[in-house]
Amino acid sequence: MSEVIVELKNITKRFGSFLANDNLSLSIKKGEIHALLGENGAGKSTLMNILYGLVSPTSGEIFLHGKKVEIKNSLQAISLGIGMVHQHFMLIETFTVTENIVLGRETSRYGLLLDLPQAEHAIQKISAEFGPAVNPRAKISEISVGMQQRVEIIKALYHQAEILILDEPTAVLTPLEIEEFGKIIKRLSSLGKTIIIITHKLKEIKALADRCTIICKGKLVDTVEVAQTSEQELAYKMVGRKVEFKFNKTPPSSQKKILSLQNIVALNKRGLPALQNLSIELYTGEILGIAGIDGNGQSELAEILTGLRAIESGKIEKNGEDITNKSPANLFLKKISSIPEDRQKRGLVLDFSVAENMILQTHHLPPFSRLGFLQKDQIEKHALQLIERFDVRPPQADGLTSALSGGNQQKVIIARELSHDPDILIAVQPTRGLDVGAIEYVHRALIALRSQGKAILLISLELDEIINLSDKIAVIFDGKIVANMDALDADEKKIGLLMAGGSLHA
Amino acid sequence: MPNSSYEKLTATFFSIVAGILVGGLVLKIAGLPVGEAYLVMFNSMFSRANYVAHIIVKSTPLILTGLSVAFAFRTGLFNIGAEGQFIIGATTAALAGYFLDLHPLLEIPLVLLLAVFVSALWGGIAGLLKAHFAVHEVISTIMLNWTAFYLQNYLVMLEGFRRPNSEASNSINVSASLTFFENWKYSDAGILWLEKHPLLADFLRAPVNGGIIIALLAAIFCYIILHKTSLGFSLRAVGHNADAAEYGGIKVKQKMTTSMLIAGALAGAAGATHVMGVSRNIAILASMEGYGFDGIAVALIGGSGAWGPILAGLFFGALKYSGSKLQAALEAPSEVIYIMIGVIVFFTAMPKLFGKISDLIKKRRAHAR
Amino acid sequence: MLDSILFILSTTLMYSAPLIFAAIGGVLSENTGVVNIGLEGMMAFGAFVGAATTSLCGNPWIGLGAAGMAGLLLALLHAWASIHMAANQVVSGIAINFLGTGLSVFACRILFEGSTMTPPIPLENKIPPLFFGQYATVYLALGLVFFTHIFLYKTIWGPRWRAVGEHPKAAESVGINVYQIRYLAVLASGFCAGLGGASLSIAVVSSFRPTLIAGQGFIALAAVIFGRWRPMGAMWAALLFGASQALVVFVGGQAAIEISSQILSMLPYLLTLLILVFMNKKSAAPKANGISYQRN
Repeated sequence: MSEVIVELKNITKRFGSFLANDNLSLSIKKGEIHALLGENGAGKSTLMNILYGLVSPTSGEIFLHGKKVEIKNSLQAISLGIGMVHQHFMLIETFTVTENIVLGRETSRYGLLLDLPQAEHAIQKISAEFGPAVNPRAKISEISVGMQQRVEIIKALYHQAEILILDEPTAVLTPLEIEEFGKIIKRLSSLGKTIIIITHKLKEIKALADRCTIICKGKLVDTVEVAQTSEQELAYKMVGRKVEFKFNKTPPSSQKKILSLQNIVALNKRGLPALQNLSIELYTGEILGIAGIDGNGQSELAEILTGLRAIESGKIEKNGEDITNKSPANLFLKKISSIPEDRQKRGLVLDFSVAENMILQTHHLPPFSRLGFLQKDQIEKHALQLIERFDVRPPQADGLTSALSGGNQQKVIIARELSHDPDILIAVQPTRGLDVGAIEYVHRALIALRSQGKAILLISLELDEIINLSDKIAVIFDGKIVANMDALDADEKKIGLLMAGGSLHA
Repeated sequence: MPNSSYEKLTATFFSIVAGILVGGLVLKIAGLPVGEAYLVMFNSMFSRANYVAHIIVKSTPLILTGLSVAFAFRTGLFNIGAEGQFIIGATTAALAGYFLDLHPLLEIPLVLLLAVFVSALWGGIAGLLKAHFAVHEVISTIMLNWTAFYLQNYLVMLEGFRRPNSEASNSINVSASLTFFENWKYSDAGILWLEKHPLLADFLRAPVNGGIIIALLAAIFCYIILHKTSLGFSLRAVGHNADAAEYGGIKVKQKMTTSMLIAGALAGAAGATHVMGVSRNIAILASMEGYGFDGIAVALIGGSGAWGPILAGLFFGALKYSGSKLQAALEAPSEVIYIMIGVIVFFTAMPKLFGKISDLIKKRRAHAR
Repeated sequence: MLDSILFILSTTLMYSAPLIFAAIGGVLSENTGVVNIGLEGMMAFGAFVGAATTSLCGNPWIGLGAAGMAGLLLALLHAWASIHMAANQVVSGIAINFLGTGLSVFACRILFEGSTMTPPIPLENKIPPLFFGQYATVYLALGLVFFTHIFLYKTIWGPRWRAVGEHPKAAESVGINVYQIRYLAVLASGFCAGLGGASLSIAVVSSFRPTLIAGQGFIALAAVIFGRWRPMGAMWAALLFGASQALVVFVGGQAAIEISSQILSMLPYLLTLLILVFMNKKSAAPKANGISYQRN
């Protein structure tokens, strides 16, 4: 058990002037489950990409079984017994499970013709060793995310991996799938495989890992025995300071029903049912948090409220007025604004200037447009005002939006949406991918809007965010609201169970 | 972004240099005198007023089809269909110019508007198919090009329109002509006056026509639409990020169609001015004439600013005209200019190359220090 | 009646063969994620080099091989730009079209005393007919379709090529050399397009002239898309376009039928548009098609 299988010595990686890994050293023992903990951008993934041969280090050495190796590409890593499951799966959607697993190492007749049945057999054998079987003939696009992850793991094992790197493996899983995943990992470890998990979820580390290495801003903080370390300690080491997420909110003032969704049925982009008889009521002066695992209808819920998706049946009303299936432009006029889920895809035109993005919805309205002509001075003045009020950096109206950091891009969106003085704000994952400072900023902005008596629908995958910010919480599962509760009564365990489709009374 | 447009400008400059170098290389390999060939080309661009006039005439359709392709580009659409839209514009102008006989002040705008209108619809089909049936505009415009091609060949041969015993249509009425001083310059008074003004006479010997004015106005029109109006804002938003545009309440499908309508109108104007100013009629096409395809090159070289397409169109026109002189002077194939254009476009496809080269130069300099 | 059908059928095959060659080229390139809009230029260059070589050395098979190499040469430029220089593949393809047609006519004039046509190839030096009076290139084209189908879907390399076109990063993560495969595919694409050009200039007709290709490459491209990026699909699409040309020829020879050949020529294009409108909206294009891939 105690044999060191991987040793990384003084790894440094520079991307231009950015130091992603700063003289990092790390040793992994055979058969252990080793967690790599750190915030977004701490350099965990870069380090593992170096081990997997996807990134070459600026300096430093890698030892495998005590022998120095140079890993120039992933093919070499694979042949050295290293497998990696990426956060975004490396699977080809149009291929079957088997085709994906054998890719690059196909079973064949005469070394020429594909022989998939032979591989299917091997795959079934591997998968039976540590969990429920996968259908080797299913197409990737037709199986669940949890199943896709299992395919990735089988793929690594098929390639005879002894060391398995998992990048944020639970980010996309439901609680049930996470549980299943935990069992698989334990089982693999007991079969003698070495597991490295990249994560920023403390609970999972406590539940799964033997040891944990904490990285902060590219530097090694510590390697600890998980059993002897508390979650608080891990958190402190990860962030480098104590983080206080709790907000003191005054109780909501004026409470008037402003938005109601009644028995909404909607399809997802594949044409399958996404929302099934979903009903929600939103009141002024409150934040209603929608808690749920990714893929239970949250995206579709946001889309029907912003006019990007039509509903099949049901009714949406604002202040008693029917606004079902109105266009985005129409909903904008009804004073419904939103912070979209994907700021680079939906929220911003990255090749536009900041000023242009600030008038995305209003470019055709006065004062920005008169008789169809853009009013440059007004547009710039408007942008500079918002830039100052929301502290967008750098404070330039004509700079390209793509040049801004993620946090500042998000500020541009928030500035724009709040400048419309909405009655209702739909905030979808408003802090995704932001650093701690930016997260705090966004949270304060939402609370401030609530204090003005506006209504906010907060859709987030971060349960902490939901519990901290919301007045009321609705849990979404499989396209339905399965529970409504006051945020004061909420506890994480209860919500977690509901999110996974469990029942409180069973 | 003064920096990035400066970089684009240098990249274009170096692409042109590369085109000239490769063109020279090809001539050299073919055993032709490179210096002499380029001298012939240079002289046939600038040495006579007549040449300049010819270049302007040649450039007019290229500027317009270039604008057409560039306009669609800004909405994220690739208009391979300028060729067909040109044909439709030309055919409509030829039909209207022949069958209508009104006062020039009425006839010219009417014929032009009709041609532009019909070709706008023709271009709009591709936009509509893309927007509502997800038919890729590259394939639909290729199909529409050939449909237009055979449509023209069909219409040319219709009795009443066809000039008897020929493979061409009847000429348009003089009242539909865009050519400057067309009657006057062949009248006694005109000949007399021009004899005293040889420079102008030389200039007017080419079929100089109002097309260039229309092309210049169109360039200004495109620039204003794209950069100064809220319509242009929405078109550019769709081009850069259709998802964000949709989210922002912009009707993406409608904008795609609008963009192709305008692109069709511009290419149609090219066809119309060509018939009204130069060719007078249309004839059976044996193969695509290439105005639309040349327009793609013009758009790629010229970019989408106000001046880019005009300059690129004039440049292409100048190359085409001076290339045609090579044959007579040196028996050098005029097609060398297509090789040059190909090389220029090839290099504009690779902005990364210039980045790499400038990095290399910087490193060298750093080393030298 | 039977004669008419046989005539149309064989003429269809004759006219389709060049399109099939080029379309298979497109299928190969685009299945690995490189858009090849330069088929037209590669075809033109292949047609010229094929005709010129055949008329100079008298052997059509050497001509055919040279034509393939000519297409391959242009494809090398496109591959380098698209793969190593992260070029805009559409723009690079357009450039190839200018280069291919420009080089062909230029070289033709240099080699053949200013003429834009290569000297006619005598019948005995053309690609010979094989069975049923069909040129050997027709069988070669059909064989190529069969071979490409087997290659892409039945051999161990097929999934690798397609993986590169769908998700190059995933392919690279299991050790597949994305650049190498894309180079091979684009070069093969050029070779096929070159063969397509030559199968026009040294089989269907007997010389190269500037208007010979005029648009065939673009139609082949349409056949690729229409055929949903599959070799068999592209073949059927190419046969459709070939059939329309054959029909025009047939009707032209029948005094009894009074349909404008121009209207008839238009039909396949309109038909294609119509079919595309009613076809499944979901694109079958390889997901990474046209997107350059940057190695770390």
